[in-house]
Amino acid sequence: MYQVRVGVDEVRSQGNAVDLLMCFNQEAFDLHHHELAPDGHIVCDAESVKVTPEFESRSSEVALGGLAQEAGGSRRGKNMVAVGLVCGLLGIDTHKIEQMILKRYAHKGDVGEANIRSLLAGAEHARSVLPAGAHHLAPPKPEETDRVLLSGNQAICLGALHAGLTYYAGYPITPASDILEWLAGRLPRFGGAAIQTEDEIAALASVLGASFAGKKAMTATSGPGLSLMAELVGLAGMAEIPAVIVDAQRSGPSTGMPTKTEQSDLNHALYGGHGEAPRVVMAPTSVEDCFAVIVEAFGAAERFQAPVIMLSDQSLSHRLETVRRPDLSALEVTERLQPNGELNGGYNRYEILPGGVSPMAIPGGRGAYVSTGIEHDEAGNPHYEPELHEAMMDKRFRKFEPLASESRITFTGPGTADVGILGWGSTEGAAIEAAELCLDRGVKVSTCYPRVLGPLPVERLRSWAAGMGRIVVPELNVTGQFARLLRADTGLEVESVTKATGLPFTAQQIADYITDRVRPLDDSGVWESGITGEARVG
Amino acid sequence: MADELKLKANEFKSDLRPIWCPGCGDFGVLAAAYRAFAELDLDPDRTVIVSGIGCSSRFPGFVTTYGFHGVHGRALPTAMGVKLANPDLDVIAVGGDGDGFAIGGGHFPHAARRNIDVTYVMMNNQTYGLTKGQVSPTSLQDQKSPSTPFGNVEEPMNVLATAIAADCSFVAQGASFRSKELTELIVEGIKQPGFSFIDAFSPCTAFNNTTQEWKEAVHNLPPEHDPGDRAGAFAAALDAPMGIGIYYRRARATLDGRLRAMQEAAEPGSVDELLDGFAVAERTAA
Repeated sequence: MYQVRVGVDEVRSQGNAVDLLMCFNQEAFDLHHHELAPDGHIVCDAESVKVTPEFESRSSEVALGGLAQEAGGSRRGKNMVAVGLVCGLLGIDTHKIEQMILKRYAHKGDVGEANIRSLLAGAEHARSVLPAGAHHLAPPKPEETDRVLLSGNQAICLGALHAGLTYYAGYPITPASDILEWLAGRLPRFGGAAIQTEDEIAALASVLGASFAGKKAMTATSGPGLSLMAELVGLAGMAEIPAVIVDAQRSGPSTGMPTKTEQSDLNHALYGGHGEAPRVVMAPTSVEDCFAVIVEAFGAAERFQAPVIMLSDQSLSHRLETVRRPDLSALEVTERLQPNGELNGGYNRYEILPGGVSPMAIPGGRGAYVSTGIEHDEAGNPHYEPELHEAMMDKRFRKFEPLASESRITFTGPGTADVGILGWGSTEGAAIEAAELCLDRGVKVSTCYPRVLGPLPVERLRSWAAGMGRIVVPELNVTGQFARLLRADTGLEVESVTKATGLPFTAQQIADYITDRVRPLDDSGVWESGITGEARVG
Repeated sequence: MADELKLKANEFKSDLRPIWCPGCGDFGVLAAAYRAFAELDLDPDRTVIVSGIGCSSRFPGFVTTYGFHGVHGRALPTAMGVKLANPDLDVIAVGGDGDGFAIGGGHFPHAARRNIDVTYVMMNNQTYGLTKGQVSPTSLQDQKSPSTPFGNVEEPMNVLATAIAADCSFVAQGASFRSKELTELIVEGIKQPGFSFIDAFSPCTAFNNTTQEWKEAVHNLPPEHDPGDRAGAFAAALDAPMGIGIYYRRARATLDGRLRAMQEAAEPGSVDELLDGFAVAERTAA
């Protein structure tokens, strides 16, 4: 199933309802007809789909294969007929699509031409036979910036390269595998390498080895892989080794629903592993933001010499968005602190300094030391003295203090509002659209999305919350993990609204919760009313 | 000459005193390593010793080179990361038999097939010394231990045969109490490009004291043994598992060498140029 949303203004979410449903088979109709907007229209393959009577007035049956055979000489062009139908109904110029087809089939003789004939037949059929479309696209607005078409995973890869990535290791896992694949094809051009390791443990172990040896290093995985990495996240925190770990969250637990989205690894990212292991947890909110946040993640990893876990999710990983082309000059790249001079007077790798960060020597240069996960003195030698352990624990956590004031937060809406949406990650687009819907219903709503979730910028969240009547925390999980974190860290009273169907929130679902306290139960059109997140999480 | 060598070997000795028990075989392995490093004239600033967890994994702390004392069983993938980050470094992985073939066993064949240019010295005491004597993957059948009070019901693995089957570039066996040979084996292992595996008998005097019986059981591999003959090496690993010497040796391309060739063949890239490939629309506003 592919879903496309188009607009002349910024498209922030997948939308509330389907305006045009194109069904190639019966399953497509059965699964998705209930998502049709009241004025929406269905186009289906006359040869394989039977719509239910109540949808007949809003449906057009087209013999896709027949049209393709007639126009292009092969029934295999039926997908092009469908693309043509969409173009015809929405008033899309087919010129660029024709160019793409020719490029795609450049070495396949006249296959390209045949496909174009199918495309044009579909477009013509839509214009001449189907009911005049109510969904013609508005004319495009002038573009303020250059635009690129990226998936979240591609944005992460490009941002990582900008940040200086030269060592990547990973193990195939949905929905993170294409990060490994994409980087494997590009890193050699940057003097680097991507290694497919035997498991996620080896991936992170080798990332820590490479980072210890002076390279910017990253791995990407999904929930099951992050579980395996937990012990090494602790080592990175203890031995103070920069590392970036991307967790493209998917529906869990266990194998769960690997191709569906969820935001259920927050607790694991924040607390996973034994002891109290320092780490930074970040979350991007859109495809465009994936680029900025991965640069920030490398910045924090190198600056604080610590593991940084970036929580994206399946809905960001694999959706394609046209986004503003990243302005590389505005995305600052950070390098780690290294010792100055010749070090003839000795060198203490873990010297306790006011900011907590100690200069890190790199093998190949002076300053040989042992990087270790055992508790150690400033020189790195094993030591178990109680005072030393406390001083070292304090040092390792103190490093992150600047994030409280410096970490990025995006706000929309007025400083004083009826409701504030305080969320994390990929729900931001739907939340901003929900705020617009609520304004139409007479409710003023603002949004607040911190990029760093661990440690939270507590005071800044509190001062924003002071202007909000109620605070609503939407998240794609069952137990309201972020709401619990907010209650614990900020003391704010927040309402948790959760959804765990494997699909993203729609703006309408969040808006309905805010204005009617109706919370989404699933995507079948049945919504459960009157139960707030408080009741559900106890 | 000998004095000069000894002095240089001492320069690899750190100020940290080993925590090992009196008589522990690891002292002998450490001393052989100092001598091997001196003989090879390794630069402590360009040498990294990587270990996992266990008595023998404390090894990096006792050497003046860079060290990485990481997570139990993960020395080999960590060492791979170090080597690939900077192929000019000499990287040596060390650890015990439990670290290497129990918890870390899954990494061994991959280090071998990738042929990472790392020398792996495994101090084999057929027990878990740090946790006080439970059986390990190399413990003998019927061996009594705290975790096998009625005797070990499992059979030991043959690490030499495993290493030869995995096609390690260099497979050797030494012993902590055969210092001269062990030094030579470490030297040869480091000199060998690719993944070198050295199984070093290193008795645990506290929990599985095999010192005497091993001293009696080990023997030099016969002079006619040909390390270039893989089938012969495999047969020797099965038939003469207490041999001292190089069982198998085969030069082949290393992982870092292959990657370096790939990097050299690639057109240098830029993020700007990659972004051009994703361009869909240019700015049209004034």
